[in-house]
Amino acid sequence: MKVKRTRVLLVSIGLASAFGLSGCGGGSIENEEASGGEECGTIDMAINPWVGYEASAHVVGYVAESKLGCTVNYKDLDEQVSWEGFGKGEVDVVIENWGHPELQKKYFADKGGDGSAMNAGPNGNEGIIGWYVPPWMVEEYPDILDWQNLNKYSDLFKTPESGNQGTLFDGDPGFVTNDEALVKNLDLNYKVVFAGSENALIEGFRKAEENRTPYLGYFYAPQWFLSEVELQKVELPEYTEGCDADPEKVDCDYPVYTLDKIVATEFAESGSPGYDLVKNFEWTNEDQNVVAEMIAAEGMDPDEAAQQWVDDNPDKVDAWLGE
Amino acid sequence: MSTVAATKDRLLDVGLVSSLRSRWRLVSVVALVVVWVVVWAFANGKSTLAIQASDRTDVHAWFLRRIASIEGADNVATSFLGAVSDGMDNVLLFLQQLFTVAEFPRPYPQIGWLGALAIACLITYVAAGWRSVLLVAPSFMLFGMLGYWEDSLDLLIITGVAVVIAVAIGIPIGVWMAHSKRASAVITPILDVMQTMPSFVYLLPFVILFSIGPAVAALVTLVYAMPPAVRVTSFAIRSVSGTTIEATDSLGQSRWQRLKHVELPMAKRTIIVGVNQTTMAALAMATIAAYVDGPGLGQPVLEGLRRGQLGKAFVAGLAIVIMAIMLDRTTTAASTRSERAARTGQDTGRARWAVLGGGTVVTVIAVYLSNSYVWANQFPEGIGIGQWISDRVDEVADWLRTDLSELTTGIQQNFTLHFLNPIQDLIAGSPWFVSGAALLVLATILGGGRAFFATLICLAGIYWLDLWNNAMITLTAVVVATAVVMLLGVVVGVWMGRSTAADRAVRPILDAAQTMPPFVYLIPVLVLFDANRFTAMVAGVVYAAPVAIKLIADGVRGVPATTIEAAESAGSSRMQMIFKVQLPMARGSLLLAANQGLLYVLSMVVIGGMVGAGALGFDIVYGFRQANFAGKGLAAGVTIVLIGIMLDRITTYGAQRADGTRRAAPATKKRFLSLTRANN
Repeated sequence: MKVKRTRVLLVSIGLASAFGLSGCGGGSIENEEASGGEECGTIDMAINPWVGYEASAHVVGYVAESKLGCTVNYKDLDEQVSWEGFGKGEVDVVIENWGHPELQKKYFADKGGDGSAMNAGPNGNEGIIGWYVPPWMVEEYPDILDWQNLNKYSDLFKTPESGNQGTLFDGDPGFVTNDEALVKNLDLNYKVVFAGSENALIEGFRKAEENRTPYLGYFYAPQWFLSEVELQKVELPEYTEGCDADPEKVDCDYPVYTLDKIVATEFAESGSPGYDLVKNFEWTNEDQNVVAEMIAAEGMDPDEAAQQWVDDNPDKVDAWLGE
Repeated sequence: MSTVAATKDRLLDVGLVSSLRSRWRLVSVVALVVVWVVVWAFANGKSTLAIQASDRTDVHAWFLRRIASIEGADNVATSFLGAVSDGMDNVLLFLQQLFTVAEFPRPYPQIGWLGALAIACLITYVAAGWRSVLLVAPSFMLFGMLGYWEDSLDLLIITGVAVVIAVAIGIPIGVWMAHSKRASAVITPILDVMQTMPSFVYLLPFVILFSIGPAVAALVTLVYAMPPAVRVTSFAIRSVSGTTIEATDSLGQSRWQRLKHVELPMAKRTIIVGVNQTTMAALAMATIAAYVDGPGLGQPVLEGLRRGQLGKAFVAGLAIVIMAIMLDRTTTAASTRSERAARTGQDTGRARWAVLGGGTVVTVIAVYLSNSYVWANQFPEGIGIGQWISDRVDEVADWLRTDLSELTTGIQQNFTLHFLNPIQDLIAGSPWFVSGAALLVLATILGGGRAFFATLICLAGIYWLDLWNNAMITLTAVVVATAVVMLLGVVVGVWMGRSTAADRAVRPILDAAQTMPPFVYLIPVLVLFDANRFTAMVAGVVYAAPVAIKLIADGVRGVPATTIEAAESAGSSRMQMIFKVQLPMARGSLLLAANQGLLYVLSMVVIGGMVGAGALGFDIVYGFRQANFAGKGLAAGVTIVLIGIMLDRITTYGAQRADGTRRAAPATKKRFLSLTRANN
């Protein structure tokens, strides 16, 4: 009985003090005004795993939130999973797509897919894939940028991973690559070793330039790291229409990829102002590099980086908003 | 004195027999390797079945079609699974909206940090006692101070729900396995597959079946976390003393009464150990779940990895370590408490009720405040230490890059050229039938007939899956890394086993190395050693060594004091004591450490594939990332399972033979430990 009385006492003291505290006021949550407009609703934005993508996604997301009052959900997903999400209603936007004919075939209506996704036009970025060396090597071996001389230098690139051959480092397993076929079809004395991630390639190139050690690797633009170290691109046999049609017989350079935006068909038909923004969004490789560098090299929060760029470039943003 | 003399005789006896036996084995192994090298030299790299990363075969195409078929499927099973995941999504979203996610138009979650902290303390007090509260409260504060309050609570929610489901399903299955030999025979291999199948293999199929959302994260976690609960429950029930059961049976109880009043209460403490292991396994999945947008601390870890920011990844990893230690110690305390309560009867002192009542009141107030006021809802930023730690770590990373990398590159290249490459040349560079035959002979020497059959079946499967050469490369890396693990295990384990002070100093480091997500320490390891097989092996060693060290330390400490005294009185030197007495006596622990070391290293193969190790790990990641290669990725996943089962059976049967005890009690214990990634 005594126990019970103690509890009752404690409860009353507790409640009393709680109401007392609430009387103090200040910072009460009911007073907060939630931002967000009803008509835009939510945008589910996939974040594919490279920093340049993150930059584009957050700039579009920031504009959607701050100017249109949308709610943007960022979802960390790989390309394949993102596309799967279109049909499930879990993903609305992939803001930077590198080709992916195999996925288009599965999800685009006009390619024989289920029609859950569609193209929303180019995003202005041009994807340039190729083989790069650190700048010091070009000073030392001026003719290294011609693929026909690569065999001459293959000894330089020897690592314990490749035995008697040179090592060509490839990146993330998700990236577009024909490198194994290229090495074979161009009779190059190299072995492709997958470094595994964008970050592993960057560390590799960075160290190679600092310590003046040889390094040959797959790399690409747009990429913020190119402004830290000006990697030099090796000339491969020129790309001609269709020379990469059979993945096993490729013997030419990569095409310049027009990077585009993919959206869920449902999102496109929803009439959301968010879709118009995504459709109008277009910027240059330099624009993306500026934001990506703020995120990766300066360690800024992606939303803060996006805000800074948006504040600096009101004209471009207005064009996306149709103003 | 006579007992000491007797022990000494016995010691000599054991030493003699085992050395004879192992000498015969050693000679056979050496002979095998010599023959193998000779054949390898003549074969000259033919029939190694090597294929390139971008090659696919008919078998892989067949697997791809199987994956495509679940995608197109629309039947009772898929709609049932869809309903399950929708239900789970609702529960998880409800919990998230309570603690971490703002529900429009309210700008903040319903219960803020103050309320969550109070609830956690109250639950801890009820389940584990006030001492654990002293651990849980500061841990929660640290989650906030590190800057990851929401992510930490998200991870707790996902882990909590996964563990609850794992236990709710796992304990009944474990009970069933304990009572039915047939059930046990059918379920054990399924558990083996669940624990060795790399999660990247089933991430995509799970997304296809369950869509994207918190439920997928919980389900992926569940697959990996449930087996320990099942295995430990089954082991615990089987260990209930037969005489107790006979005695109570003679009172005429029904089977249900026996289970409820005898078996479960007596097994309770061990079952809670199983819950502990399930919790640890669930936490280990945090980063993997983040690959399909699973909420929690895995997300900032992956962000840090993606942007090459070690500091950010490290701070998030630190929060995971804190959470792991908190949950480990709390569930352990809960288990000892439940045992004490069972022995002494209900401990319902008046003080306890008073605290409980007071605590409830305080919690209600805290929840109310955190619901109503911003200060009690949003964790105060002013006391954050995350950014400071992150900056310091980044400074260290810069220093590593400039000052150490030349030295470390040298170490990496020498190790690879003079140690790893020759072994890999032999195993993966021999014709497939030569390596296969050699592995069969080796398995037979070590583990006898049963090991021979297990190896034969596994190798046949690997051959059929068309990834033979990659399997051999991966096998080499796993075996070499395990050798390094064992070396570390013996050196550090003996040191810890012999000195309590050393044990106390090293154990927290081991706990941290075991629970820190590998993706975090991959960043500095990459800076130091570049992307290659060596880097992948370092990651595997960091992950596996703590288990081996702990097991060996326990074994060394477990050597009976009388034996030590006997050896001391015989005038053993320190080295003699270690190599002639303590290590031979701890042989059971050494073998168990080797078994666990192999499986832990194997579980890092996929992560190794992301830092340049290539082979099977790469095939799996490639399959997850490239639609056309999903079939090959699945084949690689099954190959890893087969390698895991093969290594497990060889070491388990080998250990039983070395003990000379087929199916004896200690061997059973090893069975339950093997293949479970125990957090010892």
